[in-house]
Amino acid sequence: MGIYLPIAEMSVNVFVLLAMGAAVGFLSGMFGVGGGFLITPLLIFYNIPPAIAVATGANQVIASSFSGALAHLKRGTVDIKLGLVLLVGGIFGSSAGAAVFALLRAYGQLDLAVSLLYVGFLGTVGGMMLIESVNAIRRSRSGQPPSLRRPGQHNWIHRLPLKMRFRASKLFVSVIPILGLGAAIGFLAAIMGVGGGFIMVPAMIYLLKVPTNVVIGTSLFQIMFVTAYTTVVQATLNQTVDIVLAFLLMVGGVAGAQYGAKVGQKLRGDQLRALLAALVLAVALRLAFDLFVAPGSIYELSIPEGP
Amino acid sequence: MRRLIALLILLLTLAPALAQERDPNIAESIQIGLSTDTVTITSDFSGADLTIFGAVDGADPLISRQGGYDVVVVLEGPARAVTVWRRARVLGVWVNSRSETFVNVPLSYSVSTTRFLQDITNPTTYKQLSLGAQNIYLQPERKRANPFITEEFTAALRERKLATGLYVERIGGVQFLSQTLFRATLNLPADVPVGTHRARAFLFKHGSFAGETSSTLVIRKAGFEQSVYDIAHQYSMFYGLFAVVLAMVTGWLGRMIFRRD
Repeated sequence: MGIYLPIAEMSVNVFVLLAMGAAVGFLSGMFGVGGGFLITPLLIFYNIPPAIAVATGANQVIASSFSGALAHLKRGTVDIKLGLVLLVGGIFGSSAGAAVFALLRAYGQLDLAVSLLYVGFLGTVGGMMLIESVNAIRRSRSGQPPSLRRPGQHNWIHRLPLKMRFRASKLFVSVIPILGLGAAIGFLAAIMGVGGGFIMVPAMIYLLKVPTNVVIGTSLFQIMFVTAYTTVVQATLNQTVDIVLAFLLMVGGVAGAQYGAKVGQKLRGDQLRALLAALVLAVALRLAFDLFVAPGSIYELSIPEGP
Repeated sequence: MRRLIALLILLLTLAPALAQERDPNIAESIQIGLSTDTVTITSDFSGADLTIFGAVDGADPLISRQGGYDVVVVLEGPARAVTVWRRARVLGVWVNSRSETFVNVPLSYSVSTTRFLQDITNPTTYKQLSLGAQNIYLQPERKRANPFITEEFTAALRERKLATGLYVERIGGVQFLSQTLFRATLNLPADVPVGTHRARAFLFKHGSFAGETSSTLVIRKAGFEQSVYDIAHQYSMFYGLFAVVLAMVTGWLGRMIFRRD
């Protein structure tokens, strides 16, 4: 069954979009990620213009992160204060990201920038995660203790000024790295249409030393606000949010997420991370393929903005 | 779903053809009529066939029987400036490098003919009439552009439009139902641009141009789709906030329905 997307101005198949939403929702429920980093490339592969895929991806992430954040709030595994400080940084980052987005679009380089950012980030994060999780699996097989890192260890980040106390995370750290991390995630949310969980979670664990039990909840809490802010900014500045497209993806997504979460509970943490890493790398490779392999036609049409 | 949008003819009040620069020996004129001046794109739109009826006024029965009349019907989409980018390899990555902008390019161009274009008349006539996807005049924005570069980008623009189905030719899409009456079927692709389209019909008699007529057709989105588009552009902030609320409600409902804790 076809449906006409009012903003993308094209006809698409409803079931393809619902299935896409459900598949990504399933994976996001299984791995506890927002799924924006999968939705946006999938939409681009489905010929949705990248500008619309990115902005709509951000809108879709709100639904999954809101539903996830509610669950964590109920269990009390959210550091609200830490989330709010991250959010302040996120708002600045997202505003800057939307402005850069508009600029890149005017110069005809948006598609390239989106692909490059995806390949760079997904490749790096996926590669690091894969190495880390494979090592963890090896260690657990050979009977060594699961982690060599001690949470009490301090690094250069803990020597920065402007310290603040975060009770829920049992942390006393400078706000500078937190604001910086928030801003970086906000910037990526605007340009890549992702929640940024795949960067936020490792950064919180390894850089800020946030206890793992509050990491996912706090990250979802913050992602929900940053993607909501990004959606409003994209809608206002670039008019690229397609609400019909976003809604179809969300419906598929929330349904898929519940089943994914059940499967996720049955797998071990290191196995789950290795699988997620493989998935992230696969998406990066697929996008890299398009960047490096000669396109079908070396010409491309675009309609310049303005009169 | 392919829908047939049948447009009726208005044969009763056909006025004599307007004075045009053409051979005084040609007594014929061509007429087309549209039963509606708007086509709406509904949510299930996935492309359609547009049927236009028309007639050759004052047709010579003898020439008709010999098949001496040929008709070409065109539906031209709204004109916009279009930029053609050429990709080049930089450090192994394909990036948009050179670009050329053309003004007043029809966003879509659907042609329907009685026979192969090359069998109807000669290339010079097509060029003069700016008729056919290969012959429409494309005007570069920069006046003093290098003619070789312009030619390359013009060809690329036509090729891209044909490859994406926005420019389409339908050979044999025009059929004579009687000696004077004809029916033209045109393709409306799924991503047909919205706006004012122009339907034009060209008559050829034994290979020479014998008359032209045109009519306008507005293609717009149906109520819901149009409203969404308008709100997104006029009240964009409100639209963004609504999108956020919708996402939150969907997320919350999803949790309620599939709750597992």
